[in-house]
Parts: sequence; C-alpha cells; structure tokens
Amino acid sequence: MKKKIAFFDFTCCEGCQVELTNLGADKFAGLLNLVEFVEFREVMSEKTGETIDISFIEGSFSREKDRERLIKIRERSKIVVAYGSCATLGGINALKHRKEGWKEFVYGDANFEILNSSKALPISSVIKVDYCLHGCPINREEFLKMAIDLVMDKEPLIPNYPVCVQCKVNETVCRYLLNECCLGLVARAGCGAPCPKDGIPCEACRGFVDNPNLEALKEVIKDKKLQEKLYLFTSNQMEEKDEQ
Amino acid sequence: MNNKITIHHITRVEGHGNILVDIKDGKIEKVLWEIIEAPRFFEAMVRGRHYTEVARITSRICGICSVGHSITSVKATEDALGIKISEQTEVLRKILLHSENFDSHILHIYFLVAPDLFGAPSVFPLLEGAKEVVLRALKMKNLAHQWGAILAGRTTHPTKIVPGGFSTIPTKEDLLKIKEIILELIPEMEKTLETLSTVLDKIPAFERDTEYMALWNGKEYPLYDGKIQTILSSGEKTLYPVEKYRECTNEYLVEHSTAKFTKNKLDSLMVGALARFNNNYEFLHPEAKKVAEKLGLRPVFTNPFFNTVAQAIECVHSLYDSLEMVEKLIKEGIKEEEIPKPSKYGKGIAVVEVPRGILMHEYEYDEEGYCKGANCIIPTNQNHGNIQKDMEAYLPYLIKEKVSKEELELKLEMLVRAYDPCISCSTHFLKVRFK
Repeated sequence: MKKKIAFFDFTCCEGCQVELTNLGADKFAGLLNLVEFVEFREVMSEKTGETIDISFIEGSFSREKDRERLIKIRERSKIVVAYGSCATLGGINALKHRKEGWKEFVYGDANFEILNSSKALPISSVIKVDYCLHGCPINREEFLKMAIDLVMDKEPLIPNYPVCVQCKVNETVCRYLLNECCLGLVARAGCGAPCPKDGIPCEACRGFVDNPNLEALKEVIKDKKLQEKLYLFTSNQMEEKDEQ
Repeated sequence: MNNKITIHHITRVEGHGNILVDIKDGKIEKVLWEIIEAPRFFEAMVRGRHYTEVARITSRICGICSVGHSITSVKATEDALGIKISEQTEVLRKILLHSENFDSHILHIYFLVAPDLFGAPSVFPLLEGAKEVVLRALKMKNLAHQWGAILAGRTTHPTKIVPGGFSTIPTKEDLLKIKEIILELIPEMEKTLETLSTVLDKIPAFERDTEYMALWNGKEYPLYDGKIQTILSSGEKTLYPVEKYRECTNEYLVEHSTAKFTKNKLDSLMVGALARFNNNYEFLHPEAKKVAEKLGLRPVFTNPFFNTVAQAIECVHSLYDSLEMVEKLIKEGIKEEEIPKPSKYGKGIAVVEVPRGILMHEYEYDEEGYCKGANCIIPTNQNHGNIQKDMEAYLPYLIKEKVSKEELELKLEMLVRAYDPCISCSTHFLKVRFK
C-alpha cells in the first residue's frame, strides 16, 4: 500500500511548497507512484481522517493559537518532518527578535487580538520532530531523496559539514577573497552552495553545523573589518549560543 | 433559508483566510472575508540591514512571487541610492517579470482554479480522467521555473538579482536555452487555451463595477516601469505619479484581518491580470489580443471570475513579448557589466507589476547604506477590499437563485480563488513609520 503523506503550513512564505511544484512531470509522477497525497491545503481541498505516515510541516511557530493545530498534526502522524528553515530553525521570521518592540514598530497603536504574535520558533519547540529538511527554500532534490528514504524505511542522511566543502567541489571563488562576509565556514551544507556560485555570500539559511567555530569566524570578520551577518537566518541559534 | 457558513482555512489559495456567512430567513446578517495569516514583521526585520541584503530579506515575503519582490526591492533601493542600471539589465528584468507572471499564472490556472472547473477537489483525482492535462500542467510549471531560474538563479528566493544588476550575467547559451523553452511552451499554451475554452461556461456570470489599478506608460503593456493608472467601468482614467502611491491606495486596518485593506475613488479597488488588461489592452501582443477576442474579453471587463482568463491571455503575451526581447539580445550580443555603486543616500520608491497586481516598495537608507525604514504595499492587500465587496454583492444574487448550501460555499470559494490571493504576502507589512 502507498504511504500517505500530507503537507501543512504555519508562519512562512509557502515557497518550499512551490518548490515541490517545480519538480516536473516525470519526478512528480514518479513520486505519486510511491506515495499518496492525502492533505495539502494550498493545492487540495481533500482532508483525511486516517493516520498519516509522513507529515511535512512548513513555517515557524509564532502564535500561541497555532499550538493546538501542531499537537493535532503530531497525533495524526507517524513521522513528522520539519521542512524549510522557518520550520527547522525559526528562519528569517526570527530576525524580528533582533529589534526591540517589533510589534509596536510595525503595528503602531493598533491593538486587535488578531495582531498578536510571539517569538518565531522552530516547530520542535512545540512537538517532537523526527527529521529536519533545512533550507530557504528547501532543495527539492534533497526533499525527493528524503521522501524516498522515509518511504523505504531508510534513515535519511542529514549533512553535517560546512558549505565551504561544496564550494571547493564547485571550484567557486571564495567570497573572502572578494572581501565579503560569507557564512559558508559554519553553515550546514546540503544545498550545493548555489549562492556563492551565483555571486553572493552564503547566509547560512540552513543553520549552523553541529559544532560551528563561531569565535574564529567572528575574529575573521573583525580582522577584515567586514559587515557581520550572523543573525540573518540563525537568530534563534545565535541567541542560544549567546545565553550559554 | 437559514444558513451559517464558516469556511476555515480556505483551500487552494496561498495563505490562510476564512469565509464567514450568516443568513437568517433569507436575509444576510454577516458576510466576511477574514485574513488570519500570522503576521511576520518584515518591516522591522530590514531595519539596520545593509542595502546589499535587503532584497534577499524582502524576497522571503512570498514564495510564489519572490522574483517580483526582489526586482521591486532592488529597484527601490537603486532609486534611494542613485544607482543607474544599464539598458541590458532593464531588458533582462522585463524578461524575468514575464517568466514569473507566466509561472505563477500557470500554477493558479491549473492547480488552484482548474479543479473547480472540472468538478474535482484537486488536480490529483484528475490524474484518472484527464491525465494529459495534469502532466501538461507539471511540465509547463517546470519549464516556466527553468526559464526564470536561468536569469535569477532560483525562482524561489533568487540569488542573482542584486542592486545595480545581476550578480551573474546570463551567457549567450543561457539566452538560447530560454528561447528553446519559450518555443516549447508556445504549443503547450495553445493546448491550455483549448482546454480552457471547453470549460469557459463553468465560470460564473457576475458583474460589479469597480476601480482597476495598474502601471501605465503609453508605450507597452508595462510590468517594470510606468505611472499608476486607474480605470473605472465607465472608462474614466486617472494617472498618479509613483511618488503619490500612498494617496491612491489609502491603506486602512480592519479588525478581522492581519492584512491592511486599500481603497481610492470607490469603496474598493482591484489589481492583477484583469486590472492590467483593462488598463493596457491596446498594448497587448497581437497574438494575445487574438486570444482575448476568441475568449470574448474586451475592456472594461467587470466579471472578477475572469481574472483567471485574463491571466491566460497574459501568458500568451509574456511568451511572445519575451521571445522578441530574447531574440534581440541574442542578435545584439550580451555583455559583462560592472555593478554600479551608490551615488547618494535617502529615500526611494519602486512600483512594479507582479503576478497578483501592482506592488510598491519604499526604503530609506543612511549614509552608510543601512536601511532606516521600509514600506511595501502588496497586491493582495489591495484586492482584499474588493473581495469583500464582491461577496456582499454576489451573495444576494446566489440567495435569489436559491442555490444549495454546498453550491453557495463553492461559488464563494471560487470567487476568492479567482483573485489568486497571496495571503501570506499581504500580511507582512502593516503600519509603517520611518524613524
């Protein structure tokens, strides 16, 4: 029997879902040979009452009222995958924490209940997450690989080496030679390093590797008098490290 | 007729919205288009960020139109910093905007609207009876994505769009590949139009006069540059310079929405494919005009459900207009260019057409090039008011026709879907202050 998979979204841009629609006819049809899509609000009106084999959750947890919806999804699912940086890290949404009084700044005096929001946190701050598929946006080939692994009951491999490694493989000119702050030294790989390849620095949208040498990186940034961008996608991770 | 209809988290739209309806003894007590998407505070996020980073942050407002957000963002930044872009950059940006319009329209036509016209809950059951239509949709979506990705790096959160131009300029081979993709898409688009014409009678009949807003420059069907124009159903037109964008959008907050609403001359206005069609019909590519005539669309067309049909007409325009631009670039040769540096600091505005309508970004930078404040007015924000007013006008008509509760729900959902709302976009910027 085909495994039942479902997609859910919380605070995000839904770009990771859009990446799935870019898979093309062959790969998409191939995926549908392996799995059955049972719930996917953005493209389906169908809902399911049965147990879901794998739920993919996109977006951050940023409102208390979303807690119950998350818990229900967990109860209905055998495996939960957080996909996209908003879900795995809090992502770009957590950048708001860097400014005091974000709510007042954006909303001014307006004080409707609906406008309330809390810190943007990863899904794992509310429910147990079995696997993380990082990236802003996700790499759809990596998604496909993880989906197939899970369907085949194989343990998916989540890279734990820095983006620098992939730049070497690509023979991409190092951004530091161009006098730019690049987070490739500490950023988790798996993306194929498209940003440096296309001429912009890595911004660590996939978060840090497990043991990033942030002190060394900060020194390099200071020595070279570069603009620091450690909090762009990794505000939550930086906050944790700052507290330690 | 007594009915209480609550459609929570309406499906097959981008983002989260509810439709609430209360009918008692055949009388409407309440009809509400409620926006419940979580707010994301982008306006606070860009403060203090360097001008080279801002477009990569604001592109994250939207996963479907992140190319449009990036281009509008860098254009506003260039205006603020006195960065002059080359003609080549402008042409490449125009082709990119076409690619995203095409890409997004195909997603909307096939994945979000077609199931209603074919009487299915989603595209997946159509794999049984109309497999070639689904496979065509997936093929076209992928080709459109490739077209944009060649120029932008990625179509979701582009890498190559930077203030001043492109971080990597496409090669001649890249342009030849785009040409090949467009030539492959043209016959697929023809088949799409054939499919569409078989279900045209499933599109509900409903007219409501409103104000249509779009870019206008008197030379072309503009996506990249122009003034703001509105046209009323009577044909009365008004032009506004881009600096006056706040005066013709008049954003306001409502209690049931995390997104702002807008209005101008009337109590609501409409933006998007139909609004562009109504403002710029005469500048459509002849091939697109032919299709419009065949499908029976003429300006000023006032059935909002036909926004999807206007999107199909725009798809044809985007293919042919891009083909001409790409061929010209190939013939004249593409050249490497230095990215120009800022020459001043201050405020800048850009107004660009993106799939769901007219998009406005404004930024202010300090002398070091760090962002002091931002304001974005998102197309879907401008449509929320119109969706509400359409519902108020459409519901009595449906009650008079004595349609079933299920039919009523479906028709209201179809109305919302016709606008192709991008709800997560529309909730990202609210109150704006420059400090």
